[in-house]
Amino acid sequence: MEHHLVLRVIAKFVIPLILLFALYVQFHGDYGPGGGFQAGVIFAAGFILYGLIFGVKNVRKVVRLGLLRISAALGLLLYIGVGIAGLLLGGNFLEYNVLLEDPVAGQHLGILLIELGVGITVASVMMILFFVFARP
Amino acid sequence: MIVALAITRMRNLFSVVMLTGIFSLLSASLFITMDAVDVAFTEAAVGAGVATILFLSTLVLTSSEETSSRRLSFLSLCIVILTGAILIYGTMEIPRFGDGSAPVHRHIAERFIHESPEETGIPNMVTSVLASYRGYDTLGEVTVIFTAGIGVLMLLGRGRRNRQQSTGNREQL
Repeated sequence: MEHHLVLRVIAKFVIPLILLFALYVQFHGDYGPGGGFQAGVIFAAGFILYGLIFGVKNVRKVVRLGLLRISAALGLLLYIGVGIAGLLLGGNFLEYNVLLEDPVAGQHLGILLIELGVGITVASVMMILFFVFARP
Repeated sequence: MIVALAITRMRNLFSVVMLTGIFSLLSASLFITMDAVDVAFTEAAVGAGVATILFLSTLVLTSSEETSSRRLSFLSLCIVILTGAILIYGTMEIPRFGDGSAPVHRHIAERFIHESPEETGIPNMVTSVLASYRGYDTLGEVTVIFTAGIGVLMLLGRGRRNRQQSTGNREQL
């Protein structure tokens, strides 16, 4: 795809916006539509677009498959970790009220953290799927 | 509906993939008209975006033409018609869209609507229900996605490395 000048220029312009929008969806999910699932998919879509236009080999240099493997597990572990933290602090599994002094703030923190975990896992798995399916 | 019919008639899988993407986008706009913005968001991002890409890369790995079997199976037609009839019969008793007296709206939804902003301090009720009240379900969903990733890695990721090793060996020979 080295001769598609228009695609390359537009992609370079759009990819940062896509990643930024993904972060917005991730952390604004408490107030507007969105959340970890959507944000993860959009974040992965930014990298997939890069891979489609500049070649899968190049994008695999940026994000290595081993790194994705670790981060996919890390997101899930973050989710479970929040649940176990609630357990250790004297609540039920995945009960966020006990995370902080103020139950409402605890809920806020808990939801933010598990949405982050969901986002990391979804983005990593989507990129893993694309990298493995697409031939380098 | 028309798109779905067209999908079943197509033989070229490339156009089928494109039409599936269009179908997802159409259902996303349908969800928006029903005020389910979160679901529409997911449908547009996953269904129309990533799934299309994954289908396309699968087509690269396999072939882009469907092997045509012209033989009509009477049994499968019967099963399809029977299942469709049961599904349509099931929709008979579903309350009308937006009906306030429907069981869904009477049971626990009122508590969520009235108390979730005070309990969680989060204005978007979808997020608070998804992440807090139904945390176990979401944990299950994430686990499913994680498992899918592991499965694909085991099936395809390992094989490629072996192939690279074997070609490497051949070059050494």
